[in-house]
Amino acid sequence: MKYIINNSKWFYLLSALMMATAACKQNGNSEKLPILGKREAVSKIVNGNELIDTLYQTIPAFSFLNQDSTEINQSDFSNSIYVTDFFFTTCPSICPIMSRNLLQVLDKYRGNEEVKILSHTINPKYDRPSVLKKYADKLGIEGNQWEFAWGPQADIYKMADSYMVFAKEDPNAPGGFEHQGWFILVDKQARIRGAYDGTDADQVSKLLSDMDILLAEYHEQ
Amino acid sequence: MSNRSLTVLGTLLAIVAVLYACQGEEAIRKAQYYTNGQKLYAQRCQNCHGSNGEGLGQLYPPLSDTIYLAGNLNKVACMIKFGSNETIEVLGKIYDSEMPPNKDLTDQDIAYIMTYIGNSFGNELGWIKTEEVTNSLAACNKGD
Repeated sequence: MKYIINNSKWFYLLSALMMATAACKQNGNSEKLPILGKREAVSKIVNGNELIDTLYQTIPAFSFLNQDSTEINQSDFSNSIYVTDFFFTTCPSICPIMSRNLLQVLDKYRGNEEVKILSHTINPKYDRPSVLKKYADKLGIEGNQWEFAWGPQADIYKMADSYMVFAKEDPNAPGGFEHQGWFILVDKQARIRGAYDGTDADQVSKLLSDMDILLAEYHEQ
Repeated sequence: MSNRSLTVLGTLLAIVAVLYACQGEEAIRKAQYYTNGQKLYAQRCQNCHGSNGEGLGQLYPPLSDTIYLAGNLNKVACMIKFGSNETIEVLGKIYDSEMPPNKDLTDQDIAYIMTYIGNSFGNELGWIKTEEVTNSLAACNKGD
């Protein structure tokens, strides 16, 4: 009798432990970044049944030249999550801080093919690919994990809209352009998963931990 | 005799007191300049040169090269005020990015900033006086 009671005590203890572990696991799995932007419900017919699906806002197709004057487009980013920003090389205000912080991102994920960085110049008139190349060299960036995008100004500014980042030419702003220092985190399906103030150390730490959470999404199965 | 030695002692004491007071004043001025310079540095210099004067890659030079600073005080004052297009070598690396001018800064402001930089990031150059900056700027402004 005593033996049985003891045994059932163990059983309760074990099952409590198992439940706790399961709860922890579930917690770990459910930690997901939100999908930002507009969304709409679409209905489609599958096997004769009407199903409602959610369509998320995605980054539209693009084509720019990078610092090596090679074409880059959305397919170069479809196998990786990426952080994107808008800057210009002669920017005297927030851009150096943003570049310094993006270097931190690069340092953490250097060589990781699932992580890229995409910096658009909002002053394509001056920041031609050769100028971007020199900027990248001086930052100590090699290879193509961090791409610098150059293209017609209208196309770049349209992309800024898609990423929900404000940018415009303004002779009264320092350096001639007014823009926001956002770092936008985009997933492999071209959906926006986070926006961070690229000039704020705490926000950049948040970005770094959110990138781990986002990468984990692709490693679950 | 004892009267004379008292006078000598008194004079000596007075000299020491004056010297000490001067040094005390210098230390206070240096501290004032340093504190004011710290604020201006955060507003005007830190974006590029970093909060620890570490610079950024080969885009912007670090400010921790004491030998460069000590040997180029005039030039540094001029670079802060009028910007620079020159290629310079700092800690063995070449820097050729353009530095923008800060023409709205007064000589006083520049002395604040230089005292802050000159006594941070491992530098110990002491109090950099406003008159020194005025002289430096007069020298480099001659060409204009």
